[in-house]
Amino acid sequence: MVCDVCKANQATVFLTQIVEGKMQKVNLCESCSKEKGVTDPLSFALVDLLPGLGAEQPVEKGAPLPRCPSCGFTQADFKKTGRLGCPVCYDTFAEGLGGLLKAMHRRTTHAGKIPARLKRSIEMGARVKQLKRDLDKAVLEENYENAANLRDQLRELEQTK
Amino acid sequence: MKISSLFSSSGEWARDGGPHHQIVISSRVRLARNLRGHPFPGWAKKNDRLQILELIKPQVEALPEMEDALSSYLQELSALEKQALVERHLISREHAAKGAGSAVVVDQKQALSIMINEEDHLRMQVLLPGLQLRNAFKALDKVDTTLETKLDYAFHPHLGYLTACPTNVGTGMRASAMVHLPGLVLSDQINPVIQAINKIGLAVRGLYGEGTEAMGNLFQISNQITLGEPEEEIISQLNKVIEKIIENEENARQVLLQKKPGTLLDNIGRGFGILSHAYAMTSKEALNLLSFLKLGVDIGFFPPDRQKDIDDLFVITQPAHLQSIASQPKLDPEGRDTLRAQIIREKLRAFPNPDTSKVVLPSPPTGETHHE
Ligand SMILES: [Zn+2]
Ligand SMILES: [Zn+2]
Repeated sequence: MVCDVCKANQATVFLTQIVEGKMQKVNLCESCSKEKGVTDPLSFALVDLLPGLGAEQPVEKGAPLPRCPSCGFTQADFKKTGRLGCPVCYDTFAEGLGGLLKAMHRRTTHAGKIPARLKRSIEMGARVKQLKRDLDKAVLEENYENAANLRDQLRELEQTK
Repeated sequence: MKISSLFSSSGEWARDGGPHHQIVISSRVRLARNLRGHPFPGWAKKNDRLQILELIKPQVEALPEMEDALSSYLQELSALEKQALVERHLISREHAAKGAGSAVVVDQKQALSIMINEEDHLRMQVLLPGLQLRNAFKALDKVDTTLETKLDYAFHPHLGYLTACPTNVGTGMRASAMVHLPGLVLSDQINPVIQAINKIGLAVRGLYGEGTEAMGNLFQISNQITLGEPEEEIISQLNKVIEKIIENEENARQVLLQKKPGTLLDNIGRGFGILSHAYAMTSKEALNLLSFLKLGVDIGFFPPDRQKDIDDLFVITQPAHLQSIASQPKLDPEGRDTLRAQIIREKLRAFPNPDTSKVVLPSPPTGETHHE
Protein backbone atom coordinates (compact mmCIF):
# COMPACT_ATOMS: atom_id res chain seq x y z
CA MET A 1 0.00 0.00 0.00
CA VAL A 2 1.42 3.39 -1.02
CA CYS A 3 1.44 6.46 1.25
CA ASP A 4 -1.50 8.79 0.49
CA VAL A 5 0.53 11.93 1.13
CA CYS A 6 3.81 11.47 -0.76
CA LYS A 7 2.52 8.70 -3.07
CA ALA A 8 6.01 7.22 -3.01
CA ASN A 9 6.83 5.33 0.18
CA GLN A 10 5.27 2.19 1.52
CA ALA A 11 2.43 3.09 3.90
CA THR A 12 2.91 1.82 7.43
CA VAL A 13 0.44 3.86 9.45
CA PHE A 14 -3.24 3.27 8.84
CA LEU A 15 -5.80 5.69 10.13
CA THR A 16 -9.46 6.35 9.76
CA GLN A 17 -10.40 9.98 9.78
CA ILE A 18 -13.54 11.89 9.21
CA VAL A 19 -13.53 14.65 6.65
CA GLU A 20 -16.62 16.78 6.29
CA GLY A 21 -18.69 14.13 7.95
CA LYS A 22 -17.47 11.34 5.68
CA MET A 23 -15.22 8.53 6.86
CA GLN A 24 -11.95 8.40 5.01
CA LYS A 25 -9.07 5.99 5.29
CA VAL A 26 -5.63 7.48 5.26
CA ASN A 27 -2.49 5.47 4.79
CA LEU A 28 0.75 7.19 5.68
CA CYS A 29 4.39 6.28 5.40
CA GLU A 30 6.85 6.55 8.25
CA SER A 31 8.17 10.00 7.41
CA CYS A 32 4.83 11.55 6.45
CA SER A 33 3.22 10.29 9.66
CA LYS A 34 6.06 11.90 11.60
CA GLU A 35 5.68 15.11 9.69
CA LYS A 36 1.96 15.14 10.46
CA GLY A 37 2.76 14.59 14.10
CA VAL A 38 1.14 11.17 14.28
CA THR A 39 3.47 9.61 16.79
CA ASP A 40 1.25 7.98 19.34
CA PRO A 41 -2.32 6.78 18.78
CA LEU A 42 -3.16 7.72 22.32
CA SER A 43 -2.32 11.35 21.86
CA PHE A 44 -3.00 11.49 18.19
CA ALA A 45 -5.42 14.19 17.20
CA LEU A 46 -7.57 13.89 14.13
CA VAL A 47 -7.59 17.63 13.62
CA ASP A 48 -3.85 17.57 12.92
CA LEU A 49 -4.60 15.77 9.71
CA LEU A 50 -7.47 17.92 8.68
CA PRO A 51 -6.22 20.99 6.92
CA GLY A 52 -8.55 23.95 7.06
CA LEU A 53 -10.47 22.78 10.08
CA GLY A 54 -12.66 25.62 11.24
CA ALA A 55 -12.06 27.49 8.01
CA GLU A 56 -15.39 26.24 6.72
CA GLN A 57 -17.28 28.10 9.38
CA PRO A 58 -18.41 31.35 7.78
CA VAL A 59 -17.39 34.47 9.60
CA GLU A 60 -19.83 37.29 9.01
CA LYS A 61 -18.28 40.31 7.42
CA GLY A 62 -17.78 43.11 9.84
CA ALA A 63 -18.83 41.04 12.84
CA PRO A 64 -16.19 40.95 15.55
CA LEU A 65 -14.31 37.67 15.72
CA PRO A 66 -15.60 35.63 18.63
CA ARG A 67 -13.05 35.55 21.40
CA CYS A 68 -13.30 33.34 24.47
CA PRO A 69 -14.18 35.64 27.40
CA SER A 70 -12.30 33.38 29.75
CA CYS A 71 -8.99 32.81 27.95
CA GLY A 72 -8.90 35.11 24.90
CA PHE A 73 -8.75 32.24 22.43
CA THR A 74 -10.05 32.82 18.88
CA GLN A 75 -11.17 30.64 16.01
CA ALA A 76 -7.95 31.50 14.21
CA ASP A 77 -5.99 30.04 17.13
CA PHE A 78 -7.98 26.84 16.81
CA LYS A 79 -7.25 26.68 13.13
CA LYS A 80 -3.57 26.99 13.89
CA THR A 81 -3.26 24.53 16.77
CA GLY A 82 -6.23 22.17 16.50
CA ARG A 83 -6.60 22.56 20.27
CA LEU A 84 -8.91 24.79 22.31
CA GLY A 85 -7.76 27.35 24.87
CA CYS A 86 -9.76 26.49 27.98
CA PRO A 87 -12.88 24.60 29.11
CA VAL A 88 -15.08 27.68 28.51
CA CYS A 89 -14.04 27.65 24.82
CA TYR A 90 -16.47 24.74 24.35
CA ASP A 91 -19.34 27.17 25.07
CA THR A 92 -17.75 30.13 23.30
CA PHE A 93 -17.33 28.18 20.07
CA ALA A 94 -20.27 25.81 20.61
CA GLU A 95 -21.84 26.60 17.26
CA GLY A 96 -18.79 25.76 15.16
CA LEU A 97 -17.81 22.82 17.31
CA GLY A 98 -21.19 21.11 17.06
CA GLY A 99 -20.74 19.89 13.50
CA LEU A 100 -17.12 19.03 14.09
CA LEU A 101 -17.93 16.89 17.13
CA LYS A 102 -20.68 15.12 15.23
CA ALA A 103 -18.30 14.35 12.38
CA MET A 104 -15.65 13.06 14.76
CA HIS A 105 -17.71 11.07 17.20
CA ARG A 106 -21.01 10.57 15.35
CA ARG A 107 -22.83 11.53 18.55
CA THR A 108 -22.84 14.81 20.42
CA THR A 109 -23.95 14.01 23.97
CA HIS A 110 -21.79 12.46 26.65
CA ALA A 111 -23.11 9.11 27.87
CA GLY A 112 -20.34 8.06 30.26
CA LYS A 113 -19.05 8.80 33.71
CA ILE A 114 -20.19 11.89 35.64
CA PRO A 115 -18.21 13.20 38.64
CA ALA A 116 -20.10 12.21 41.79
CA ARG A 117 -20.45 15.77 43.06
CA LEU A 118 -22.19 16.83 39.81
CA LYS A 119 -24.22 13.71 39.32
CA ARG A 120 -27.24 14.82 41.33
CA SER A 121 -27.56 18.27 39.79
CA ILE A 122 -26.94 17.04 36.24
CA GLU A 123 -29.50 14.26 36.55
CA MET A 124 -31.94 16.66 38.16
CA GLY A 125 -31.38 19.16 35.34
CA ALA A 126 -32.14 16.48 32.78
CA ARG A 127 -35.27 15.45 34.70
CA VAL A 128 -36.55 19.04 34.89
CA LYS A 129 -35.97 19.47 31.17
CA GLN A 130 -37.91 16.29 30.40
CA LEU A 131 -40.81 17.30 32.68
CA LYS A 132 -41.00 20.71 31.02
CA ARG A 133 -41.16 19.05 27.60
CA ASP A 134 -43.90 16.69 28.78
CA LEU A 135 -45.79 19.60 30.29
CA ASP A 136 -45.72 21.61 27.05
CA LYS A 137 -46.96 18.58 25.20
CA ALA A 138 -49.77 17.97 27.70
CA VAL A 139 -50.89 21.59 27.46
CA LEU A 140 -50.81 21.44 23.67
CA GLU A 141 -52.89 18.30 23.71
CA GLU A 142 -55.24 19.97 26.22
CA ASN A 143 -54.63 17.12 28.62
CA TYR A 144 -55.06 19.37 31.66
CA GLU A 145 -55.21 16.67 34.27
CA ASN A 146 -51.85 15.37 33.19
CA ALA A 147 -50.48 18.90 32.92
CA ALA A 148 -51.46 19.73 36.49
CA ASN A 149 -49.78 16.57 37.65
CA LEU A 150 -46.59 17.40 35.78
CA ARG A 151 -46.62 20.96 37.13
CA ASP A 152 -46.78 19.61 40.66
CA GLN A 153 -43.82 17.32 40.01
CA LEU A 154 -41.83 20.19 38.55
CA ARG A 155 -42.58 22.45 41.49
CA GLU A 156 -41.54 19.75 43.90
CA LEU A 157 -38.26 19.14 42.06
CA GLU A 158 -37.44 22.82 41.92
CA GLN A 159 -38.01 23.17 45.63
CA THR A 160 -35.57 20.40 46.50
CA LYS A 161 -32.89 21.95 44.27
CA MET B 1 11.48 5.37 43.89
CA LYS B 2 14.46 6.69 41.96
CA ILE B 3 14.52 7.04 38.22
CA SER B 4 17.59 4.77 38.07
CA SER B 5 15.59 1.83 39.41
CA LEU B 6 13.31 2.22 36.41
CA PHE B 7 16.06 0.89 34.16
CA SER B 8 16.97 -2.06 36.35
CA SER B 9 13.50 -3.32 37.20
CA SER B 10 11.21 -4.39 34.46
CA GLY B 11 7.64 -3.15 34.53
CA GLU B 12 4.73 -5.24 35.66
CA TRP B 13 3.92 -6.17 32.09
CA ALA B 14 7.39 -7.51 31.35
CA ARG B 15 7.43 -9.71 34.43
CA ASP B 16 4.15 -11.51 34.00
CA GLY B 17 2.65 -12.18 30.61
CA GLY B 18 -1.02 -11.80 31.55
CA PRO B 19 -4.04 -13.37 29.83
CA HIS B 20 -3.58 -14.16 26.10
CA HIS B 21 0.01 -12.92 26.42
CA GLN B 22 1.15 -14.94 23.41
CA ILE B 23 -0.69 -12.55 21.15
CA VAL B 24 -1.61 -9.55 23.29
CA ILE B 25 1.52 -7.90 24.68
CA SER B 26 -0.19 -5.23 26.74
CA SER B 27 -3.41 -3.35 27.40
CA ARG B 28 -3.54 0.34 28.10
CA VAL B 29 -6.30 2.72 29.13
CA ARG B 30 -5.80 6.47 29.30
CA LEU B 31 -8.03 9.21 30.71
CA ALA B 32 -7.66 12.92 29.96
CA ARG B 33 -8.85 15.40 32.61
CA ASN B 34 -8.64 19.16 33.05
CA LEU B 35 -9.32 21.62 35.84
CA ARG B 36 -12.20 24.06 35.69
CA GLY B 37 -11.26 27.72 35.41
CA HIS B 38 -7.77 27.16 34.00
CA PRO B 39 -6.51 27.36 30.42
CA PHE B 40 -5.34 24.09 28.83
CA PRO B 41 -1.55 23.54 29.05
CA GLY B 42 -0.89 24.40 25.41
CA TRP B 43 -2.57 27.80 25.75
CA ALA B 44 -1.63 28.55 29.37
CA LYS B 45 1.13 31.04 30.20
CA LYS B 46 4.09 29.62 32.04
CA ASN B 47 2.87 31.00 35.38
CA ASP B 48 -0.55 29.40 34.87
CA ARG B 49 1.09 26.09 34.10
CA LEU B 50 3.25 26.24 37.22
CA GLN B 51 0.21 27.08 39.32
CA ILE B 52 -1.82 24.21 37.84
CA LEU B 53 1.10 21.85 38.37
CA GLU B 54 1.31 22.72 42.06
CA LEU B 55 -2.45 22.20 42.43
CA ILE B 56 -2.34 18.74 40.89
CA LYS B 57 1.01 17.19 41.79
CA PRO B 58 0.48 16.92 45.59
CA GLN B 59 -2.94 15.29 45.02
CA VAL B 60 -1.46 12.75 42.62
CA GLU B 61 1.41 11.97 44.98
CA ALA B 62 -1.07 11.48 47.83
CA LEU B 63 -2.94 8.72 45.98
CA PRO B 64 -2.67 5.40 47.84
CA GLU B 65 -1.65 3.82 44.52
CA MET B 66 1.31 6.21 44.34
CA GLU B 67 3.08 5.11 47.51
CA ASP B 68 6.85 5.06 46.83
CA ALA B 69 6.19 6.36 43.34
CA LEU B 70 8.63 8.01 41.02
CA SER B 71 7.61 11.65 40.94
CA SER B 72 9.56 14.09 38.88
CA TYR B 73 9.37 17.50 37.28
CA LEU B 74 10.23 17.14 33.61
CA GLN B 75 13.17 19.55 33.87
CA GLU B 76 14.72 17.24 36.47
CA LEU B 77 14.96 14.37 34.01
CA SER B 78 17.81 13.92 31.54
CA ALA B 79 17.05 13.38 27.86
CA LEU B 80 18.06 9.75 28.33
CA GLU B 81 15.70 9.20 31.27
CA LYS B 82 12.84 10.77 29.34
CA GLN B 83 13.59 8.54 26.35
CA ALA B 84 13.61 5.46 28.60
CA LEU B 85 10.18 6.42 29.96
CA VAL B 86 8.96 6.70 26.36
CA GLU B 87 10.40 3.29 25.49
CA ARG B 88 8.48 1.85 28.43
CA HIS B 89 5.31 3.60 27.22
CA LEU B 90 5.10 5.45 30.54
CA ILE B 91 5.14 8.92 28.99
CA SER B 92 4.35 10.14 25.49
CA ARG B 93 6.93 11.56 23.10
CA GLU B 94 5.10 14.85 23.37
CA HIS B 95 5.51 14.85 27.14
CA ALA B 96 9.19 13.94 26.87
CA ALA B 97 9.67 17.16 24.92
CA LYS B 98 8.32 19.25 27.82
CA GLY B 99 10.41 21.10 30.39
CA ALA B 100 9.49 23.27 33.39
CA GLY B 101 5.77 23.35 34.15
CA SER B 102 5.17 19.63 33.59
CA ALA B 103 5.66 16.52 35.70
CA VAL B 104 5.28 12.76 35.66
CA VAL B 105 4.36 10.37 38.48
CA VAL B 106 4.81 6.61 37.98
CA ASP B 107 3.77 3.99 40.53
CA GLN B 108 6.22 1.38 41.76
CA LYS B 109 4.81 -1.40 39.61
CA GLN B 110 5.12 0.83 36.55
CA ALA B 111 1.48 0.10 35.79
CA LEU B 112 -0.02 3.50 36.63
CA SER B 113 1.49 6.66 35.23
CA ILE B 114 0.17 10.18 35.43
CA MET B 115 1.44 12.99 33.24
CA ILE B 116 0.72 16.51 34.48
CA ASN B 117 0.43 19.29 31.91
CA GLU B 118 0.85 17.17 28.83
CA GLU B 119 -1.76 18.23 26.25
CA ASP B 120 -4.32 18.16 29.07
CA HIS B 121 -3.80 19.02 32.75
CA LEU B 122 -3.95 15.32 33.57
CA ARG B 123 -3.20 12.35 31.38
CA MET B 124 -3.47 9.19 33.45
CA GLN B 125 -2.91 5.69 32.19
CA VAL B 126 -2.82 2.11 33.40
CA LEU B 127 -0.69 -0.31 31.39
CA LEU B 128 -1.10 -4.03 32.10
CA PRO B 129 0.37 -7.18 30.51
CA GLY B 130 -1.76 -9.28 28.19
CA LEU B 131 -5.43 -8.68 27.43
CA GLN B 132 -6.67 -6.84 30.52
CA LEU B 133 -8.54 -3.86 29.18
CA ARG B 134 -11.30 -4.21 31.77
CA ASN B 135 -8.85 -4.48 34.67
CA ALA B 136 -6.88 -1.53 33.39
CA PHE B 137 -10.05 0.54 33.11
CA LYS B 138 -11.25 -0.47 36.58
CA ALA B 139 -7.93 0.43 38.18
CA LEU B 140 -7.78 3.78 36.42
CA ASP B 141 -11.44 4.59 37.11
CA LYS B 142 -10.74 4.13 40.81
CA VAL B 143 -7.83 6.59 40.68
CA ASP B 144 -10.00 9.05 38.78
CA THR B 145 -12.82 8.73 41.32
CA THR B 146 -10.38 9.55 44.13
CA LEU B 147 -8.92 12.52 42.28
CA GLU B 148 -12.30 14.03 41.40
CA THR B 149 -12.95 14.61 45.12
CA LYS B 150 -9.71 16.61 45.41
CA LEU B 151 -9.63 18.41 42.07
CA ASP B 152 -12.32 20.47 40.39
CA TYR B 153 -12.59 18.82 36.98
CA ALA B 154 -13.87 20.68 33.95
CA PHE B 155 -17.09 18.81 33.16
CA HIS B 156 -19.86 19.88 30.80
CA PRO B 157 -23.41 18.55 31.30
CA HIS B 158 -23.74 17.63 27.60
CA LEU B 159 -20.17 17.18 26.44
CA GLY B 160 -18.73 15.41 29.46
CA TYR B 161 -15.06 15.81 30.35
CA LEU B 162 -13.63 18.77 28.47
CA THR B 163 -10.26 18.28 26.80
CA ALA B 164 -7.83 20.50 24.90
CA CYS B 165 -8.52 18.57 21.71
CA PRO B 166 -12.15 17.94 20.69
CA THR B 167 -11.17 14.42 19.58
CA ASN B 168 -10.92 13.44 23.26
CA VAL B 169 -13.98 15.18 24.67
CA GLY B 170 -16.66 13.12 26.43
CA THR B 171 -15.08 10.25 28.27
CA GLY B 172 -11.55 11.52 27.65
CA MET B 173 -10.74 7.85 27.31
CA ARG B 174 -8.45 6.06 24.89
CA ALA B 175 -8.10 2.31 25.30
CA SER B 176 -5.59 0.29 23.32
CA ALA B 177 -4.06 -3.15 23.04
CA MET B 178 -0.65 -4.01 21.61
CA VAL B 179 -0.90 -7.20 19.60
CA HIS B 180 1.77 -9.46 18.07
CA LEU B 181 0.55 -10.75 14.70
CA PRO B 182 3.36 -12.60 12.88
CA GLY B 183 0.93 -15.24 11.59
CA LEU B 184 -1.29 -12.70 9.86
CA VAL B 185 1.74 -10.84 8.45
CA LEU B 186 3.47 -14.00 7.15
CA SER B 187 0.29 -15.22 5.51
CA ASP B 188 -0.41 -11.83 3.87
CA GLN B 189 -3.70 -11.40 5.70
CA ILE B 190 -2.73 -8.37 7.75
CA ASN B 191 -3.97 -5.67 5.37
CA PRO B 192 -7.56 -6.89 5.10
CA VAL B 193 -7.61 -7.36 8.86
CA ILE B 194 -6.40 -3.78 9.42
CA GLN B 195 -8.95 -2.48 6.94
CA ALA B 196 -11.75 -4.32 8.72
CA ILE B 197 -10.65 -2.86 12.05
CA ASN B 198 -10.51 0.64 10.55
CA LYS B 199 -13.97 0.21 9.13
CA ILE B 200 -15.51 -0.11 12.59
CA GLY B 201 -13.90 3.12 13.75
CA LEU B 202 -10.82 1.78 15.52
CA ALA B 203 -7.28 2.98 14.80
CA VAL B 204 -4.37 0.66 14.00
CA ARG B 205 -0.78 1.75 14.41
CA GLY B 206 2.69 0.27 14.58
CA LEU B 207 4.77 -0.07 17.70
CA TYR B 208 6.71 2.74 19.38
CA GLY B 209 5.20 5.33 17.06
CA GLU B 210 7.86 4.69 14.44
CA GLY B 211 6.22 1.42 13.50
CA THR B 212 6.74 0.09 10.05
CA GLU B 213 4.34 -2.58 8.92
CA ALA B 214 6.90 -5.31 9.48
CA MET B 215 8.47 -3.84 12.59
CA GLY B 216 8.31 -6.65 15.08
CA ASN B 217 4.87 -7.57 13.69
CA LEU B 218 3.48 -5.46 16.52
CA PHE B 219 0.34 -3.34 16.19
CA GLN B 220 -1.60 -1.05 18.49
CA ILE B 221 -5.37 -1.02 18.21
CA SER B 222 -7.36 1.74 19.90
CA ASN B 223 -10.77 3.42 20.00
CA GLN B 224 -11.18 6.76 18.26
CA ILE B 225 -14.63 7.83 19.41
CA THR B 226 -14.85 9.32 22.92
CA LEU B 227 -18.21 11.08 22.87
CA GLY B 228 -21.62 9.47 23.17
CA GLU B 229 -20.69 6.00 24.36
CA PRO B 230 -20.22 4.92 27.98
CA GLU B 231 -16.67 3.86 28.95
CA GLU B 232 -17.67 0.25 29.62
CA GLU B 233 -19.20 -0.04 26.16
CA ILE B 234 -16.08 1.29 24.45
CA ILE B 235 -13.90 -1.12 26.41
CA SER B 236 -16.16 -4.05 25.74
CA GLN B 237 -16.32 -3.34 22.00
CA LEU B 238 -12.53 -3.09 21.79
CA ASN B 239 -12.20 -6.24 23.82
CA LYS B 240 -14.47 -8.10 21.43
CA VAL B 241 -12.42 -6.95 18.46
CA ILE B 242 -9.16 -8.00 20.11
CA GLU B 243 -10.61 -11.43 20.88
CA LYS B 244 -11.55 -11.77 17.24
CA ILE B 245 -8.03 -10.77 16.20
CA ILE B 246 -6.55 -13.37 18.57
CA GLU B 247 -8.74 -15.96 16.88
CA ASN B 248 -7.61 -14.81 13.41
CA GLU B 249 -3.96 -14.86 14.42
CA GLU B 250 -4.26 -18.33 15.97
CA ASN B 251 -5.93 -19.62 12.82
CA ALA B 252 -3.24 -18.06 10.64
CA ARG B 253 -0.52 -19.77 12.71
CA GLN B 254 -2.30 -23.12 12.49
CA VAL B 255 -2.66 -22.85 8.73
CA LEU B 256 1.00 -21.86 8.35
CA LEU B 257 2.13 -24.75 10.51
CA GLN B 258 0.05 -27.09 8.50
CA LYS B 259 0.59 -25.85 4.97
CA LYS B 260 4.01 -24.22 5.13
CA PRO B 261 5.77 -25.64 8.19
CA GLY B 262 9.11 -25.38 6.36
CA THR B 263 8.77 -21.65 5.69
CA LEU B 264 7.64 -20.95 9.22
CA LEU B 265 10.42 -22.93 10.91
CA ASP B 266 12.94 -21.49 8.46
CA ASN B 267 11.98 -17.93 9.48
CA ILE B 268 12.33 -18.76 13.16
CA GLY B 269 15.54 -20.75 12.73
CA ARG B 270 17.19 -18.08 10.59
CA GLY B 271 16.12 -15.42 13.07
CA PHE B 272 17.71 -17.40 15.86
CA GLY B 273 20.87 -17.93 13.80
CA ILE B 274 21.32 -14.26 12.97
CA LEU B 275 20.49 -13.04 16.47
CA SER B 276 22.91 -15.58 17.98
CA HIS B 277 25.83 -14.67 15.74
CA ALA B 278 25.46 -11.07 14.59
CA TYR B 279 27.96 -8.39 15.64
CA ALA B 280 25.90 -5.39 14.56
CA MET B 281 22.14 -5.15 14.81
CA THR B 282 19.83 -2.19 14.20
CA SER B 283 16.84 -1.77 16.45
CA LYS B 284 14.51 -2.49 13.54
CA GLU B 285 16.26 -5.75 12.59
CA ALA B 286 16.32 -6.81 16.23
CA LEU B 287 12.58 -6.22 16.62
CA ASN B 288 11.76 -8.15 13.46
CA LEU B 289 13.92 -11.14 14.37
CA LEU B 290 12.87 -11.15 18.04
CA SER B 291 9.30 -11.34 16.78
CA PHE B 292 10.12 -14.67 15.12
CA LEU B 293 11.80 -15.91 18.29
CA LYS B 294 8.69 -15.01 20.28
CA LEU B 295 6.63 -16.94 17.75
CA GLY B 296 9.11 -19.81 18.18
CA VAL B 297 8.34 -19.98 21.90
CA ASP B 298 4.60 -19.80 21.22
CA ILE B 299 4.67 -22.84 18.92
CA GLY B 300 7.04 -24.93 21.05
CA PHE B 301 10.22 -24.48 18.98
CA PHE B 302 11.85 -23.06 22.14
CA PRO B 303 10.91 -23.98 25.72
CA PRO B 304 8.27 -21.70 27.33
CA ASP B 305 10.66 -20.47 30.04
CA ARG B 306 12.57 -18.53 27.35
CA GLN B 307 9.63 -16.17 26.91
CA LYS B 308 10.89 -13.76 29.54
CA ASP B 309 14.35 -13.42 27.95
CA ILE B 310 12.74 -12.44 24.67
CA ASP B 311 10.35 -9.98 26.31
CA ASP B 312 13.31 -8.41 28.14
CA LEU B 313 15.25 -8.10 24.89
CA PHE B 314 12.36 -6.23 23.27
CA VAL B 315 12.79 -3.54 25.94
CA ILE B 316 16.52 -3.40 26.63
CA THR B 317 17.53 -3.25 22.98
CA GLN B 318 15.76 0.12 22.65
CA PRO B 319 18.23 3.03 22.34
CA ALA B 320 17.86 4.69 25.76
CA HIS B 321 17.89 1.40 27.64
CA LEU B 322 21.01 0.36 25.71
CA GLN B 323 22.71 3.64 26.57
CA SER B 324 21.93 3.12 30.25
CA ILE B 325 23.95 -0.12 30.30
CA ALA B 326 26.75 1.19 28.09
CA SER B 327 30.14 1.89 29.68
CA GLN B 328 30.71 4.74 27.24
CA PRO B 329 28.97 8.06 27.96
CA LYS B 330 27.43 8.67 24.56
CA LEU B 331 27.02 5.85 22.08
CA ASP B 332 26.77 6.67 18.39
CA PRO B 333 24.33 4.58 16.31
CA GLU B 334 27.15 2.26 15.28
CA GLY B 335 28.18 1.75 18.90
CA ARG B 336 24.56 1.05 19.78
CA ASP B 337 24.24 -1.56 17.03
CA THR B 338 27.39 -3.31 18.27
CA LEU B 339 26.25 -3.28 21.89
CA ARG B 340 22.76 -4.42 20.93
CA ALA B 341 24.18 -7.41 19.04
CA GLN B 342 26.43 -8.26 21.97
CA ILE B 343 23.61 -8.21 24.53
CA ILE B 344 21.43 -10.37 22.30
CA ARG B 345 24.25 -12.89 21.67
CA GLU B 346 24.89 -13.21 25.40
CA LYS B 347 21.23 -13.68 26.23
CA LEU B 348 20.72 -16.29 23.51
CA ARG B 349 23.75 -18.33 24.60
CA ALA B 350 21.50 -19.77 27.32
CA PHE B 351 18.98 -20.91 24.70
CA PRO B 352 18.83 -24.63 23.88
CA ASN B 353 19.00 -25.63 20.23
CA PRO B 354 15.57 -25.36 18.62
CA ASP B 355 13.66 -28.60 18.95
CA THR B 356 11.32 -29.29 16.04
CA SER B 357 9.98 -32.41 17.73
CA LYS B 358 8.33 -30.14 20.33
CA VAL B 359 6.44 -28.21 17.67
CA VAL B 360 2.82 -29.20 17.90
CA LEU B 361 1.50 -29.72 14.41
CA PRO B 362 -2.22 -29.17 14.24
CA SER B 363 -4.54 -31.87 13.06
CA PRO B 364 -6.08 -30.94 9.73
CA PRO B 365 -9.13 -28.70 10.08
CA THR B 366 -12.35 -30.68 10.05
CA GLY B 367 -13.61 -28.83 7.00
CA GLU B 368 -11.01 -30.51 4.79
CA THR B 369 -11.59 -34.09 5.86
CA HIS B 370 -15.29 -33.77 5.54
CA HIS B 371 -16.80 -35.75 2.68
CA GLU B 372 -20.10 -35.06 1.05
ZN1 LIG C 1 4.63 9.51 2.62
ZN1 LIG D 1 -11.33 29.69 26.44
